[in-house]
Amino acid sequence: MAEEKESKGEKKYKYSIIIPTYNERLNIALIVYLVFKHLRDIDFEIIVVDDGSPDGTQEIVKQLQQLYGEDRILLRARAKKLGLGTAYIHGLKHASGDFVVIMDADLSHHPKYLPSFIKKQLETNASIVTGTRYVKGGGVHGWNLMRKLTSRGANVLAQTLLWPGVSDLTGSFRLYKKSVLEDVISSCVSKGYVFQMEMIVRATRKGYHIEEVPITFVDRVFGTSKLGGSEIVEYLKGLVYLLLTT
Amino acid sequence: MKHIVKILSLLVAISAFWIGLLQAAVVPRTHTWLLPIYFVVSLGCYGLLMVGIGLMQFPTCPQEAVLLQKDIAEAKDFFKHKGVDVGSD
Repeated sequence: MAEEKESKGEKKYKYSIIIPTYNERLNIALIVYLVFKHLRDIDFEIIVVDDGSPDGTQEIVKQLQQLYGEDRILLRARAKKLGLGTAYIHGLKHASGDFVVIMDADLSHHPKYLPSFIKKQLETNASIVTGTRYVKGGGVHGWNLMRKLTSRGANVLAQTLLWPGVSDLTGSFRLYKKSVLEDVISSCVSKGYVFQMEMIVRATRKGYHIEEVPITFVDRVFGTSKLGGSEIVEYLKGLVYLLLTT
Repeated sequence: MKHIVKILSLLVAISAFWIGLLQAAVVPRTHTWLLPIYFVVSLGCYGLLMVGIGLMQFPTCPQEAVLLQKDIAEAKDFFKHKGVDVGSD
């Protein structure tokens, strides 16, 4: 196997997986277990960016570090909730991989898809591989009709206005070439899930090669929901902002 | 070029075509005046159609919830034997 790889001239790549957490004491352990289960022959590190969770998330991570090694699990915490975008930037600073994966800590993103992201990237040499819930092979569980309606309506609106080149704009399960993530993230200013949209739209505008893989999304198994407020207004504002500035 | 510029150029091109139609009077003027309304309405209908189709074809994965529960149980069991405290909330 190793001989085959050498004669093909295949390089061994390292993957940095950035997981921002806030009060994910139970989920982070489950995620780490699943990542190790599904990435057996891959060189990777998990970077947990915890925003001062009061529920003891960091203590659990330290126990996981004892179990798996501090070189495989990095805890790069921050003092308080500072937002998703800055969490990625913070994680990036400590990432030593050739590629960076971003994913959620609440088990809506299942680590079993990580090999398909990696495979897709290796096959196509894409700069970004993004997970999509909206194609055959992907899917969502736990959404009622209203939720599906708003998701679909939001998607059609975004497709019409922005021509984004991807089917799932608000998804946050993605693999980036490290240099591409650094480039795209430096030009994004939005917050929350509009930030995810801004990332992928800016990447499209910059001409980066983006591929998609189907993923399944099981909504909120454990942990408390961090989404609230008038999302629709935020979303529309985000769309207009992206329409005018990208 | 910025995306909004692309969209605006498209709108300008369509408007120029519409004004051209008005002046040339190839199609009766009364029809031509109504064209923008037809355009907006068809765009709206197309949007609603896409939403409806998308909603009907919305991929779901109920089996994934079951698989996830299995994975969670497997992980919890693993950690119990390794002394990592992952008692449920």
